Amino acid sequence: MELFTDRELFIQYIYLASATMFILGIKLLGSPATARKGNLLAAAAMFIAVLVTLVNLEVLNYGLIAAGIAIGAVIGAVMARTIKMTAMPQMVAIFNGVGGGASALIAISEFVRITDDGLSVAKHEEIAIMLGTLIGLVTLTGSLIAFGKLQEIMTTRPITFPFQNIASGAMFAAIVGMVIYLVAVDFNEPVFYVLIGTSLLLGIQLVIPIGGADMPVVISLLNSYSGVAAAAAGFALGNLVLIVAGALVGAAGLILTQIMTKAMNRSLANVVFGAFGAAPGGGGGAAAVETRTAKNVSAEDVAVMLAYARSVIFVPGYGLAVAQAQHQVRELADLLEARGVRVKYAIHPVAGRMPGHMNVLLAEANVPYDELYDLDEINDDFKNTDVAVVIGANDVTNPAARDEPDSPVYGMPILNVDHAQHVIVLKRGMSPGFAGIDNDLFFKDNTMMLFGDARKSVTALVTEVKAL
Amino acid sequence: MADTEVLGMPLVIALYIFVLAVFVGFELITKVPPTLHTPLMSGANAISGITIIGAMVVVGPKDTTTAVVLGFAALILATINVVGGFMVTDRMLQMFRRRPGGEK
Repeated sequence: MELFTDRELFIQYIYLASATMFILGIKLLGSPATARKGNLLAAAAMFIAVLVTLVNLEVLNYGLIAAGIAIGAVIGAVMARTIKMTAMPQMVAIFNGVGGGASALIAISEFVRITDDGLSVAKHEEIAIMLGTLIGLVTLTGSLIAFGKLQEIMTTRPITFPFQNIASGAMFAAIVGMVIYLVAVDFNEPVFYVLIGTSLLLGIQLVIPIGGADMPVVISLLNSYSGVAAAAAGFALGNLVLIVAGALVGAAGLILTQIMTKAMNRSLANVVFGAFGAAPGGGGGAAAVETRTAKNVSAEDVAVMLAYARSVIFVPGYGLAVAQAQHQVRELADLLEARGVRVKYAIHPVAGRMPGHMNVLLAEANVPYDELYDLDEINDDFKNTDVAVVIGANDVTNPAARDEPDSPVYGMPILNVDHAQHVIVLKRGMSPGFAGIDNDLFFKDNTMMLFGDARKSVTALVTEVKAL
Repeated sequence: MADTEVLGMPLVIALYIFVLAVFVGFELITKVPPTLHTPLMSGANAISGITIIGAMVVVGPKDTTTAVVLGFAALILATINVVGGFMVTDRMLQMFRRRPGGEK
């Protein structure tokens, strides 16, 4: 066993400091008051890790390193500064993919170096190279497909074909077979290239059957993968700070995934393989024709109800993001608060397309975060609330999930908006939500529908309230 | 078992560190309020850009082999991840504020 030189030891101690700062940074990210500090601490940890890596005697190619970092930094900075808050899910998807891609490229580069130079390395390093390549590439193509769906350059409905899950299973089995062959029998280049191709395909294959409303789960999962891929790259290179940071991120993504699936009352397997929402409105029989009618209401009447209410709860959903109505909602809330109305926001964990999507949008519109309430915190308040205003949310308010055991969404925790005195639903039309089922809420006696684009409707409400 | 070493220590030690770090991650994240889920995710994602230092080592040798070219691509991607990730997280967190006047 070789001992470290002083220089190597110095690098390792700085890496230890860096890993510690990552942990502290994530800890600080856990509270709104300290989150910004936590993020900056993590960034500082990254910075010192990069600096000290330059001291490494194996790192000589300073020109190329400077060029790579400059190119990446410009691209990253421009993306981060220009992205709209409504497009944040796409942004996170792209960054997940890029991170996975980087880990995969490192692993592939190690493979190439080893085979080109005819080196012999330890088995665990070979396994790490395989895992880094495999998980990194699945993260890359999976994230690109997720990006395509979120950006709506491809359909947000699940794309399915016969024997899809069997095909995924076969791909996975082939990958396992190839990894075993490569590690146990022969570190063979052609087989490795087939492994690369199959991994790229598997990433696509795993995400195309997942519908838009399940995106919060997918993004969290891909987030987790990007961490695991980094840890695998760490094992391949023998770098502990990569292992620690990768493990932290892998765990974080997994926890978020779990929170999301719980908020949908579905298992992870059901989300990944269930192709939920594949058949829009396919209620399974002719009897499913809707005969009930929903009540219409004008913006004028809603404005009066809101202005003279004691308490109002806004319930935002993906429709708010699509219409980019967050600023108008905030303006309306300000007007109401000025009139003495108590205003709160109820946020369902899976509202929108990624964990915390609505919170970011409302924060952008300067809504203080202590006016935003989670499902558990606010659900009992609806019964004491005069008006609940549902803006572009659908399935997460469907009382069928609570009351009708036959419903496909039964068991999913919902916001009890129907318990409010009056419910106003802002919606473009009567189309069902993502789950493809009608929302019983629309036909309740205390529910009224205000049809139209969410931004236009809220703007009209602002004008009407001002005129009172 | 002389060849199963990571950084001159037995592989099993590195695995211990990995497993313990996973549990630290679980403990830290479980307590995060939903309002911070997005910044947490993008901040964690930026941390996974730690592969940037792996990429630097891979690009290290002063000759242009295929391995170095691949490493260069990895370096660009990892830097996008790091710089973009931390910046966008900061941009989001800047927006999170309490109600003026403090306590609810």
